Amino acid sequence: MNKVKKNNTVFKKFVILPDVKHKVIKLSENTIEKTQIATLFFSEIGEFFLFMFHTFKETFSRSFEFKEFLHQCYQIGNRTLPLISVTGLVIGLVLTIQSRPVLADFGAVSLLPGMVAVSIIREMGPVVTGLICAGRIGSGMGAELGSMKVTEQIDAMEVSSTNPMRFLVVTRVLAATLMIPILVLYADALGIMGSWAGANIKGDVPFVLFFSQAFSAVSFADFLPAVVKTFFFGAAIGVIGCYKGYTAGRGTESVGKAATSAVVLASLFVIIIDLIAVQITDMLF
Amino acid sequence: MENLTHIAGMESAGPNKPVAGNNPVAGNVIVAGNVIVTGNKPVAGNKTVKTEHVIEIDNLEKGFNNNLVLKNLSLKLYNGENLVVLGKSGSGKSVLIKCIIRLLLPDQGTIRVFGQNVNELTTKGLAEMREKIGFLFQSGALYDSMTVRENLEFPLKRIKKGLTRKEIDEKVAEVLDNVGLGETLNKMPSELSGGMRKRVSLARTIIVDPMIMLYDEPTTGLDPVTSDEISSLINDVQTKYKTSSIIITHDIECVRATADRIIMVQDGEVYKEGSIEEFNSSTDAIIRSFFK
Repeated sequence: MNKVKKNNTVFKKFVILPDVKHKVIKLSENTIEKTQIATLFFSEIGEFFLFMFHTFKETFSRSFEFKEFLHQCYQIGNRTLPLISVTGLVIGLVLTIQSRPVLADFGAVSLLPGMVAVSIIREMGPVVTGLICAGRIGSGMGAELGSMKVTEQIDAMEVSSTNPMRFLVVTRVLAATLMIPILVLYADALGIMGSWAGANIKGDVPFVLFFSQAFSAVSFADFLPAVVKTFFFGAAIGVIGCYKGYTAGRGTESVGKAATSAVVLASLFVIIIDLIAVQITDMLF
Repeated sequence: MENLTHIAGMESAGPNKPVAGNNPVAGNVIVAGNVIVTGNKPVAGNKTVKTEHVIEIDNLEKGFNNNLVLKNLSLKLYNGENLVVLGKSGSGKSVLIKCIIRLLLPDQGTIRVFGQNVNELTTKGLAEMREKIGFLFQSGALYDSMTVRENLEFPLKRIKKGLTRKEIDEKVAEVLDNVGLGETLNKMPSELSGGMRKRVSLARTIIVDPMIMLYDEPTTGLDPVTSDEISSLINDVQTKYKTSSIIITHDIECVRATADRIIMVQDGEVYKEGSIEEFNSSTDAIIRSFFK
């Protein structure tokens, strides 16, 4: 009986071994799979930086596509202006309506214009405009260049002795870099106007008084970093939108994917750049 | 009357028969004689095909993700001829012409265009080489955001710099008339039918007076009537602009209408080369599947 038990034990120990082997194989398969994912991830990052490098290099090439650059500036500004107008106005209005009761509790309603102006100029204006532009411009660039890739228009451009990087990418990236700060300033102005409108819902605040109080609270240290970071927002949105469109696959499905991933990545970059900008501003000012 | 010269190795009869064994793929020079091409292609104009080659491809190999698409492919395009590259979808035909214009880089082998090795060209050299080659894309590849006029002006202004406004307008009107679409000047590509888009695309290609034309499935997706029109245009371009052309297709009617010589590609290799006559009379099962 003992022997049988002993034999059974031996047998049990023996059957465990294949399980171990199976687990080792599975583990190695998982490792290989993860290695492949990691390789893909890092090659994507490498490709992106290479794309950025080429864009930067082509920006300083001799033949700049000025006409196309102006066309893209107009397109970006024109496409985004209505959206930015409404958003800017609503931000100011909502911020004022929400803040007024809290400030009234402390008897500090007179600080309302300055508080709203600082928060709009420093943070709300740039980030909200940046995120809207990431959605509107980033997706537009991703989809446009993606569809041009799918329908061989980029190849056609290349065989027409035109550098597509210079014509399509550099012009769009520069236009976004230039136009987004302008759109942010416009949104800031409309936000303060919206705030004045909000302040007048429960009171009668003269326009000149509101604006003089608002701008007396804003200093150069509020204004400059906020404007500088929007140039980086613009560049990031332009580069990501173009990269996703330019490297889209061959099928029509890839156009949608390019547009979606451009929005997601550009929005993420806007938030990350904002975080870095806040840290740098905190150190410098 | 001048006749067409043509490749050797075909079963032509008569005094103009080429010297046996002169197979262009093997690299031999065609006899500078006048050999009549007896295929279905109209011989209007009786153009003379010169014996020198304009494109020479040797042992070309190209693969994607361990899938070898072109395997040791060699061919020559002779001056003034229409060479049809025939084959099934996925046999590497489009890859071949994209390698010629260096939209794709080959893994191995050499491509010489007018004697220059395409793979060794500098950026400037490549741009100059591309100026001599017209490429008609399968989809037409018209720029969606531009009107027909802007589409045509785009390559013209970049390749033929220094033209006056009047010269540009004249050239645009001329090529549009050549493809029979003079009235579409200010239309957007989205307002045009598939056949019209192809024709505008052809006009955009010929506007810079290319010496070589590469057609990537020019009749795909078109009805038979429009396909015939495009085939006629290909012949007209060859006659009027004295181009040498490679036509990638699997449309047999287009082959019959345009081919001076045919190369059949199967699994990335040259399967058979010859005249339309040879292909018509072939008993080979794969060829018969095309030439039913």
